Amino acid sequence: MSEKTKALKVAFPYTIPILTGYLFLGAAWGILMSSKGYSVIWTALISLFTYAGSMQYVAVSLLALGFNPLYAFLMTLMVNARHLFYGIVMLEKYKGTGKFKPYLIFGLTDETFSILCSTKPPEGINKNWFMFFVTLLDHAYWVLGCTLGTIIGTMFTINTKGLDFVLTSLFVVIFINQWKSTHNHLPVFIALGSSIICRLIFGPANFIIPAMILIIFFVTVLKKPIKLRETL
Amino acid sequence: MINTITTTFTTIHAIIFFSIIALTTLFTRVIPFLIFPEHKKTPKYIEYLGVILPFSIIGMLVIYCLKDVSFTTHPFGIPEIIGVLTTVLLHLWKNNTLLSIGGGTIFYMILVQFIFP
Repeated sequence: MSEKTKALKVAFPYTIPILTGYLFLGAAWGILMSSKGYSVIWTALISLFTYAGSMQYVAVSLLALGFNPLYAFLMTLMVNARHLFYGIVMLEKYKGTGKFKPYLIFGLTDETFSILCSTKPPEGINKNWFMFFVTLLDHAYWVLGCTLGTIIGTMFTINTKGLDFVLTSLFVVIFINQWKSTHNHLPVFIALGSSIICRLIFGPANFIIPAMILIIFFVTVLKKPIKLRETL
Repeated sequence: MINTITTTFTTIHAIIFFSIIALTTLFTRVIPFLIFPEHKKTPKYIEYLGVILPFSIIGMLVIYCLKDVSFTTHPFGIPEIIGVLTTVLLHLWKNNTLLSIGGGTIFYMILVQFIFP
């Protein structure tokens, strides 16, 4: 078996929860877009090149406000600011990925990040191909979901209410695995505390950026106790 | 092609609008790699953040997923609490990722579709 095929085989199982989540979230977005009059060419291209779930949903609501490029730009910055965190974390992992790097960066969604930051490919598996395939498979699921949704449109009759919980569950599972992997739980408490407080103060639409700032603040001022526990 | 969109949005407008969103999204993904390129030594502080933040980010993402849940109005976040607990307990018990995610999600779907519709 070639290096490539082996990496693909190892990568696929990690992406199964994302397959489910993306197909249905993507389809729901496609249905929404088709109800706004957008054909499958639009949804295919948008999902292929934007590839950002939350933002694509926000875009639909922005459509109703009329054409305002500056507002679209600022909203995208706000909704996607969390990507900055992912980039900082992946700086080290993406070193030496060469020709894969531009695509790996382009495809760094919440879900792909959550898999790649918490997974080491097994011995003998090429790390670059592994990360590439996780990214590519997730991207493919998303585009497939979005386009299928547009095509099927309102013909969709299965009650999928609550299926998006699959992504919440995925993050909860990764949360537990991370929790078990370290004795240093301070960064987790900082994140939970900051996020919950900011959610209560700023509301669901605007809390991520304040939460990120608060997290950076606390992990910076608490660097010493965090580092001390690291070595335990 | 676009027939039900209000008069303020032409095809050209839509192309510009979605291009801005796609490019800005790409920008938020690329910027850390532009500021800290491979051939330069990454500052110690950024390296520290890179090691510590994964643990914080996943916690933040869990809250992000639950951001629209209201604990003060019906059904008081009960489906979400039970869904998360199911996932946690299954995972601590069997440590099988797909079982934990599948079990938690199916249970949650039953709750929001039949018990708290």
